[in-house]
Amino acid sequence: VDLDALTGCLTTSACLVTQTTSGLIIGMLLFLVAVGLTLIFGVLKVVNFSHGAFYMFGAYFAMTAYQLTGSFALAMLAGAIGTAIIGLVFERGFMSRVYGHDVLMQLLVCYAFVLIFDDVVRMIWGPEFKSMGMPTAFQVAPLFIAGGVVPPYYLLLIGVALAAALILGVGLARTRIGKVIRAAAHNPGMVSALGINTGLIYGGVFALGGGLAGLAGALAAPVRSLTPGMGFSVLIESFIVTVIGGMGSILGALVGALLIGLIRSFGSLGFPLFTEGLMYLFMVIVLVSRPSGLFGKEVA
Amino acid sequence: MSELQAEQALNVARADAKSTRYRDALIALAAFIILALLPALTSSKFLLDFVIRCAAYGLFATSLNLLVGYTGLTSFGHGMFFGLGAYGFGLLMQKTGVPVPIAFVATLLIVLVIAAVIGAICVRLKEIYFAFVTLAFQMLIHSTILSWVSFTGGDQGLRGGIPRPPFLGIDLSNHLHLYIFSCALLVIGLLLMRQIAQSPFGYTLRMIRDNATRASFVGIDVYRAKLTIFVLAALFASVGGMIMALFVSGAYPEFAYWTISGEGIFINMLGGVTTFLGPMVGTVILLILNDTVTRLTEYHGIVLGIVILFFAIGLRKGLMDFVFEWVVQRRDAARERG
Repeated sequence: VDLDALTGCLTTSACLVTQTTSGLIIGMLLFLVAVGLTLIFGVLKVVNFSHGAFYMFGAYFAMTAYQLTGSFALAMLAGAIGTAIIGLVFERGFMSRVYGHDVLMQLLVCYAFVLIFDDVVRMIWGPEFKSMGMPTAFQVAPLFIAGGVVPPYYLLLIGVALAAALILGVGLARTRIGKVIRAAAHNPGMVSALGINTGLIYGGVFALGGGLAGLAGALAAPVRSLTPGMGFSVLIESFIVTVIGGMGSILGALVGALLIGLIRSFGSLGFPLFTEGLMYLFMVIVLVSRPSGLFGKEVA
Repeated sequence: MSELQAEQALNVARADAKSTRYRDALIALAAFIILALLPALTSSKFLLDFVIRCAAYGLFATSLNLLVGYTGLTSFGHGMFFGLGAYGFGLLMQKTGVPVPIAFVATLLIVLVIAAVIGAICVRLKEIYFAFVTLAFQMLIHSTILSWVSFTGGDQGLRGGIPRPPFLGIDLSNHLHLYIFSCALLVIGLLLMRQIAQSPFGYTLRMIRDNATRASFVGIDVYRAKLTIFVLAALFASVGGMIMALFVSGAYPEFAYWTISGEGIFINMLGGVTTFLGPMVGTVILLILNDTVTRLTEYHGIVLGIVILFFAIGLRKGLMDFVFEWVVQRRDAARERG
């Protein structure tokens, strides 16, 4: 425990800014993964235990697309759309066969795909650590805000994630498709009786969730190292985020992700060996005091 | 039903339970004798090693079935107790040098405390939440083992071997002694778990699985029953971990990694959760499968994943479930004829 480092950082603006931005980017990446998880759970009532694999695919797709085209925007697109397609195939081909079965079957199908996806990545890209490198457009001098160092790429990352949150929130609340999705979450039988193809909605939601995780992976690719199995710790963390925020709530995912991001970045100063533990401790406190999460409606 | 009739029915049930208890004990004894005679029939170290690994994983998987099959608690972090058993035992033997039985009991006590704390938080949660929060705790324990390098050796694991001083004439550094010791633990562990499953408490668990609301209306403290079985299952899983630690003479972070829990769930699926010995059958099949696949290809995950999909989506049942159904069908057919 190093409380001096923590209080020292909290009182200097430079350190405060640096730690907060690093907390924000952890939080924003987690948000993108967690929001897909929570969306899929809200509509399909299953937890996609292989969600981390989509994050991993997003990162690898982005790296390959960037190496081939040299365009950062195309790399992001490749990450998001490639994983969305995988999500659609995965849901229609496999997950849709275990709806209504017990959790055991759903976990097993996902477990099988975690094993398969990790090995597929190992086969195509090799087992060693890879790195995409910072795109040339962002290889510029960092910004100084109140004495703290902020790489411009971090701002882009935070902006993209916030935009995704906004589009998603408004889209679900205001558009026709959003209304259909919410109706399908509430009463799929009725939606289907009204002549709407619920299978398509399910596949679409899974693709959207997978695509968001893929976008997170693509955004993370320039600042993280890529390795098979990289998605698993992200999956666990984003699950903790959804537990804290409340399963099925998009606002909850945002707040939970930011809290976890900040806990991680400031916790690593004050409790270097117990950073992970802090996260779990926070989850346990929320679970015990509010079992349905901060913004969850139903009781878990 | 009058009180007298109820009393009679209860007495019949008790007598029944007593006779099955003797039968189970006899089967266990016979199984142990057969296993103990195996070294006399074969000198294959590979086969004996295989049985030791079956004992370690079999205890772990069967204890998971107490949660999954009997209580309906799909734990996805049960492997943490396997890892805790291995590390607890290994660390006690390395750092304190106490005799094996004391380290054994002390490890059980440590696991009991940790399982009670984790269980108290988890068993309140429903289905998927329970599955994931147990998984999250498993990852917490795994990452603690990795980051606490000075105590656990980090990603290198507990190296330098675990001292195995002889006790009561048993020398666990002797391969044959270790084999017999593992078999004895397996048989005793299975017998105890069978007793739990067949006891009134075991039937309470089945009732909770089928309808927890009804169980609580009958006056059963569902939370306490779930917590009790969670802790008991953790203890048996940790015995599996201890056998593993003795076998490899060390403990590695992989023992506490989530894939162990995934394998445990798959073993239960493979063998089937409707029969008591289903997970044992699943263990034998998975270990044979693992050994064969690792020899043939480095992409072991793809093959295993496809096999899991085949069982989960294709068959939807474990092997022992099919056997069980077949037996029931034959019995019913025979009854109809007679």
